[in-house]
Amino acid sequence: MLRLPPFRYHRPSTVDGALGLLGEFGDDAMLVAGGTDLIPNMKHRLFEPAHLVALRDVDELRGIREEGDRLRVGAAETLSAVASNPDVSRLFPALAAAAGHVAGPQLRNAGTLGGNVCLDTRCTYYNQTRFWREALGWCLKKDGDVCHVTKVGRKCVAAHSADTPPVLATLDATLLLAGPEGRRELAVRDFFVADGIANTRRQPHEILVEIRIPLASARLRQAYAKLRQRKAIDFPLLTVAVAAECEDDGTVVRIEGVVTGLGSRPRILTGWDEVAEGRVLDDEVVEELASRAHRQCHPLDNIIVDPEWRRAMVPVYVRRALLDLRAA
Amino acid sequence: MKSDNDLKATSLIGTPMRKVEGLDKSTGRALYTDDIALPGMLHGKILRSPHPHARIVSIDATAAEAMPGVHAVITGRDMPTRYGIIPWTPDEYPLCLDRVRYIGDGVAAVAAVDEDTALAALERIEVVYEELPAFLDPHEAWAADGSTPYIHEPKKEGWNGNVTKMVHLEFGEVEAGLDEADVVVEGEYFFEGTTHAPIEPHCAIGSWDGVGRLTVWSATQVPHYLHRELARVLEVDPASVRVLQPLVGGAFGGKSEPFDLEFCVAKLSMRTGRPVKILYTREEVFYSHRGRHPFHMRYRTGATRDGKLTSVDAQILLDGGAYASFGLVTTYYSGQLLCAPYAMPAYRFDSTRVYTNKPACGPKRGHGSVQPRFAFEVQVDKLAERVGLDPIDFRRRNFIGEHTRTVNELRVTSNGFLECLESVERASGWAEKFRRLPFGRGVGVAGSTYISGTNYPIYPNEMPQSAVQMQIDRSGRVAVFSGASEIGQGCDSVVAYIAAEELGVPLEWVRVLRGDTDFTPVDLGAYSSRVTFMLGNAAIDAATRLRRLVQEAVGEAWEVRPSEVLLADGHATWAPDTARRMPIAEAFNLAEARSGTLGATGWYNTPKDVHGEYRGGTIGASPAYSFTAHVAEVDVDVETGFVDVRKIWVAHDCGRALNPVLVEGQMEGSAYMGFAEALMEEHVFKGEEQGRAGLHHAPSLLDYRIPTSLDTPALESLIVESIDPEGPYGAKEAGEGPLHPSIPAIANAIYDAVGVRLDRLPFSPPNVWRALERAREAGSLGKPASPGAGRASAAGAHDADAPPPGVAEPASVEAVRGD
Repeated sequence: MLRLPPFRYHRPSTVDGALGLLGEFGDDAMLVAGGTDLIPNMKHRLFEPAHLVALRDVDELRGIREEGDRLRVGAAETLSAVASNPDVSRLFPALAAAAGHVAGPQLRNAGTLGGNVCLDTRCTYYNQTRFWREALGWCLKKDGDVCHVTKVGRKCVAAHSADTPPVLATLDATLLLAGPEGRRELAVRDFFVADGIANTRRQPHEILVEIRIPLASARLRQAYAKLRQRKAIDFPLLTVAVAAECEDDGTVVRIEGVVTGLGSRPRILTGWDEVAEGRVLDDEVVEELASRAHRQCHPLDNIIVDPEWRRAMVPVYVRRALLDLRAA
Repeated sequence: MKSDNDLKATSLIGTPMRKVEGLDKSTGRALYTDDIALPGMLHGKILRSPHPHARIVSIDATAAEAMPGVHAVITGRDMPTRYGIIPWTPDEYPLCLDRVRYIGDGVAAVAAVDEDTALAALERIEVVYEELPAFLDPHEAWAADGSTPYIHEPKKEGWNGNVTKMVHLEFGEVEAGLDEADVVVEGEYFFEGTTHAPIEPHCAIGSWDGVGRLTVWSATQVPHYLHRELARVLEVDPASVRVLQPLVGGAFGGKSEPFDLEFCVAKLSMRTGRPVKILYTREEVFYSHRGRHPFHMRYRTGATRDGKLTSVDAQILLDGGAYASFGLVTTYYSGQLLCAPYAMPAYRFDSTRVYTNKPACGPKRGHGSVQPRFAFEVQVDKLAERVGLDPIDFRRRNFIGEHTRTVNELRVTSNGFLECLESVERASGWAEKFRRLPFGRGVGVAGSTYISGTNYPIYPNEMPQSAVQMQIDRSGRVAVFSGASEIGQGCDSVVAYIAAEELGVPLEWVRVLRGDTDFTPVDLGAYSSRVTFMLGNAAIDAATRLRRLVQEAVGEAWEVRPSEVLLADGHATWAPDTARRMPIAEAFNLAEARSGTLGATGWYNTPKDVHGEYRGGTIGASPAYSFTAHVAEVDVDVETGFVDVRKIWVAHDCGRALNPVLVEGQMEGSAYMGFAEALMEEHVFKGEEQGRAGLHHAPSLLDYRIPTSLDTPALESLIVESIDPEGPYGAKEAGEGPLHPSIPAIANAIYDAVGVRLDRLPFSPPNVWRALERAREAGSLGKPASPGAGRASAAGAHDADAPPPGVAEPASVEAVRGD
């Protein structure tokens, strides 16, 4: 069995307490919620923090409830809790579906929505043991200066591999972050940056407190589709989240698609409104949207599964998601 | 050997029973090797090569040895004796001596107070390597001319050191048979390598007592061979070596030879005087491998117009990885095990195993014969289509029969293959489905055979292959000392069932003391599906000796014939008047008073006159063969390439099901494993262009995908009992045979669904999608024609219910002659 590097474990009960510990230990500290991603990564020696600040006792990070004009989901709510929550299922079925598609039941019982939003990027050349990475030669994202995916690039292209952020983006969700300088709110769609090494705008010493979803988004028709080879456990090879505001007769007012599992951040598909606005989602429109998605998505060898096939699956999964949305 | 307790029908055998260790396993009480912690135990780690092929220039361990908490560091020089499971091909050292041959090859080992200290010490060992060009492609390894160093030294001057073994065997007139055939199908097939992925990683503990006795606990499936090799390599008297085998958490062939960690824990314990444990990481399990060889195969198969095979010609290149392992046997098995259940008038195979700079391949469930069976059963499907026959009918017409010899002279006794075919045909609703399901859904069939153990042990000797010792306590309790390897397949249960059956005691009264070479007689190990057949016969032998003593004592007391005394249901009973009975313990006490302490040994040895009279003719010879047929039903998503196997019907002739629950478990487990290899598993390595030649693609269970329960098809087990004349109560094997047809049945079902032949494994979505794309471009995607539809002369008319014939031309290369 792989060994964990040694660390001290802290368990504060408030956000301020956690922030204090982060301030005290600086770069030697990392946050842990469910640990389902961090612990394997530590075993792979991708991170060797001297201090882990656990969020499990911080009550403020719990709770799924309506607050004003939004649903707030505490960042430390587990993916199981999100997937099975009646309000989430009723208002945002695509989010429930995405949360329910992460890994397997045991991991969803431990892994959290906040952790999924902040999930480290993944790459076949990165998520490996230290022995393996050393035999290969270090990479840009960890200890090296070469990207084994692109061979030439100076930019890390590790893949954003989380199931829930694409859905949250289509639902216009925002994130509440707490840091030493106070709290701020960021839209999920603005949260990610195209840098595989650190692909979010969360500062190392900020804590994701809650995910806020406007209740107004409940009127959107939503769907989620995930490409994976097994029916459980696997990270996405591709995910598609779609949402549309439609008139009663099905005429599209606004439509959005977000795809991930390709590059370092979720890709917000462009040009969709100009295709679909004012039209009903008939087969022709669906095909046109799917083909626009296809043109915009170029999977890389950052995941070991055949990128040409993954690219070919983009229009298929976009179409399938749109057909689900149409039926919703 | 049948029991001679002939006056009664069996009472336990054939009924569903619990596994004797089942409750301990399900409650967590069962002890596996890693559960054992000894006082003062140290932890070991092995330093592994980051290079696929290199000379070791120097190793400097002084810094590691100086670290606090480090007790010993050893290198190849500490154990400079070659070993190998096959006595003719020893080519491994416990730790590499002067050359590393794959990424992951062991170079040095450390014993320290804990794992973290041992790991830290590994980083302080300085190894200087001189890199050598690596061979990854078996074709290149085969074509090598010595201009760059071979992977191993050639056995003779001028030979290719990259070749482990070449086998060329020919039976009958192969070319003439092909010439006479009305139809010849030629096909090229590729079987990607797969690994065992047992849930329990390899683990071993060594303990040297300081005065000459060495004890090793190991998650092995071959304690006896481990015993021999430990003694030889470590230069310890075999009488002073004790191997203990705790329960094993899955093996599947992946623990059937000695591994570096077993030698290392022993040597480190001898060096430190303290027990030492090594537990592999999952990554190390992938590197130690010994899994299924990648096979590159070409077949030419001929048949007459009325569907009789005339000749089979096979050429096979086996990609063996860095060491020989069982490779000599694998090379023979790649050809020898194909000659049933169909009669072949002529057969030739030409198999070559080469070394490559990758983890060594070895035996995995269905050793050496799963790959050719895939290719051949697809060939048969193509032939059946060519001659316009239903593929089940085609197989039936070529049935080899029972009590016969194969073309390669192997003796076949009981043979329930026809019943297997009929079972899957009926249960699957074949007649309504084949070529009649809508486009995208299909059914496929395949058949196979497998050995129930090998007639010849791995090292030549005349001694029994399996033995047990049994003793009876005055309470009625029966103790069985069994050296067989319980790896989850149920051999401890089998001896308990037999003891209970023969001696008439409740199953709960039987204790199986197992897995300890100091106290149990030799059984050669859990491999080649030998255990139920051989151990079962040995157990019957021992129990029968004891039973006779009891029958004689009771017969004497009752003044009746001993053969009229039945031992069953906890009583001794007089057969002519069953009201006359006594509790079994009382009967045992009578026997003990009359004959002395009740104990007996029993053993089994194989018949030695049932093989072929040619070099290699003993390999593949078995006292009995099992037979299997599968029908698989699949949905193919033609847009994505996803194949959804809806159901597999598995009919298996196991001779007799001693416990039908365990047999069904083996059948389902086998079919699952074959299904997994068909759809998902790929044990593959990076090339130079992917950054590092020979680096395992992704050595983890996240990326090496085996199906979850959600992915697994419905499996229906159909037990066929042919009652083998030499098996225990008529039993044959059930642990490996039922794997074989899964893969070709799925391949054939995919063809029935969409008209696309998949001749390369795995049928993963990207691979299937590419094949579908090619077919789409070629315009050949579509439901294949019904049998007879493409053959106007045959039935005379199309079947009215059949869908209109689609595009009949399959995508693969075929040559048709005589049409």
